[in-house]
Amino acid sequence: MTHAPVLELDDVHVRIGGSHVLQGVSLTVAPTGVTALLGRNGVGKTTTLRAVVGLVPRTGSIRLAGDEIGRGRTPWVVRQGVGYVPEDREVFATLTVAENLRLACPDPEPERAALVHELFPELAERRKQRAGTLSGGQQQMVALARALLPPSRLLLIDEPTKGLAPRLVTEVAAALERVAQVTPVLLVEQNLPVVRRLAGDVVVLDAGRVVHTGRADELLADHGRTRELLGVGSRS
Amino acid sequence: MSTFVLLLATGLGLGALYFLVASGLSLIYGLMGVLNFAHGAFLAAGAYAAWWAASGGLPGAGGDGWGFVLATAFGVVVGAAVGAGVELLLIRPLYRRHIEQVLVTVGLGLVGVALLRGIWGADPLPFPRPALASGVTTIGGAAIPNDRFVLLVAAVAVLLGLLALLRFTRIGLVIRAGVENRSMVEALGIEVRRTFTLVFAIGGAVAALGGVLGSVYLGSVSPGQGTSLLIFAFIVVVIGGLGSLTGSAVAAVVVGLVQQLANYYTASGVGDLSVVLLLALVLLVRPGGLSGRTA
Repeated sequence: MTHAPVLELDDVHVRIGGSHVLQGVSLTVAPTGVTALLGRNGVGKTTTLRAVVGLVPRTGSIRLAGDEIGRGRTPWVVRQGVGYVPEDREVFATLTVAENLRLACPDPEPERAALVHELFPELAERRKQRAGTLSGGQQQMVALARALLPPSRLLLIDEPTKGLAPRLVTEVAAALERVAQVTPVLLVEQNLPVVRRLAGDVVVLDAGRVVHTGRADELLADHGRTRELLGVGSRS
Repeated sequence: MSTFVLLLATGLGLGALYFLVASGLSLIYGLMGVLNFAHGAFLAAGAYAAWWAASGGLPGAGGDGWGFVLATAFGVVVGAAVGAGVELLLIRPLYRRHIEQVLVTVGLGLVGVALLRGIWGADPLPFPRPALASGVTTIGGAAIPNDRFVLLVAAVAVLLGLLALLRFTRIGLVIRAGVENRSMVEALGIEVRRTFTLVFAIGGAVAALGGVLGSVYLGSVSPGQGTSLLIFAFIVVVIGGLGSLTGSAVAAVVVGLVQQLANYYTASGVGDLSVVLLLALVLLVRPGGLSGRTA
């Protein structure tokens, strides 16, 4: 069994307009489980994920299982096996649930299709419903299913519990726990109980730079350090 | 009564012609946000290519029967090739730079007219009129030229074909998703750029078909033909709702009928004015057009 990181970022910079958003980010993502990317609002977490999939212009090295992907365009990067679930889901509102999924993967492997069905049985019932008419939680299921169906080597998931009711947060966290058994995940998440439940490793960003890496349980057990890095306590 | 029937048929035929030009514009704007002022050049290129083919330039092509079908197909292929070429060479390098794209397409439209003028002269050239379009059919006492029916059949076929493409094919699924959120389509691993080229090719092909049938309707082909039709096609696209095919189809019928009826029942030229007033009215009452879509 290999322990080499599935994703390595080395000195990644992103400039958007006049802003130097990422200022030399270097991090690794473990080949199994969930690595959480944490930090206060506006420190570059979403930009880091968008840089990996090429949705923002970036410099530096980004390697997926040792292969350089940092100079590729978004569709190519995704086809190398990087699934992306954006913040705010971005489902195609005018397409049905089935069309959203078919767009992502017209012919999924049976195991992948079975996993999606196991995790989100509700989607089968709503397959003919327009995605724009779904609740926030159901849209999150579509977004996750869309990333799960193609054969991915890594999933980038951006704030999947944002704006969801507590019951749905628990459901989504349970789904992510199951997903991470199949595919490693780089997770941006503000909800620390969810991070505590899911994440093995954490990377903390501040002002576009990595300021902490380590085990999630160790960081969250240190309330002072958590407050210092994230601006919130870890007792919640 | 017979006059009214004739006016209706002529208005519908004109609307069909506007739709053939507008449908490509609508698709291109809907997916790519490009206001393609070179669309008239696609139309003219297709019309001149068909004229050239039917005039003996292409073996087997001619001014009637299957020869005319072949000439039309040649014009459509040339329109598609011009559309794809423009997207690849001029639009793609200006991806996300909308003002520059508009300037390039405006320039290309002017260059296209000048080029055709330079090669074939400024005067209209007589366009072949196949037997199918030459006769008349009497309905309600009105002798309606068959070319109106040819235009109507072509427009309905194009509308149904495009709707089927959008509804039942993967390309159509990508186009519909791309209209909504282009970046997210790419984030699913799909090359939207290829779809852009295809959409330009489809737009060019349909515009060329409009150019050929419009030339049959007018009896001639001229360098500025595309430009004058383009103005009304833009009006149709805006009234229908930018990016909406069915909206464009409805708007094309309304514009064609208003233009014809106003020209006949008031004075020649009032039809054009009425169409512009209709555009202003729709924009005031329903800024997103009939389909409710806004730019």
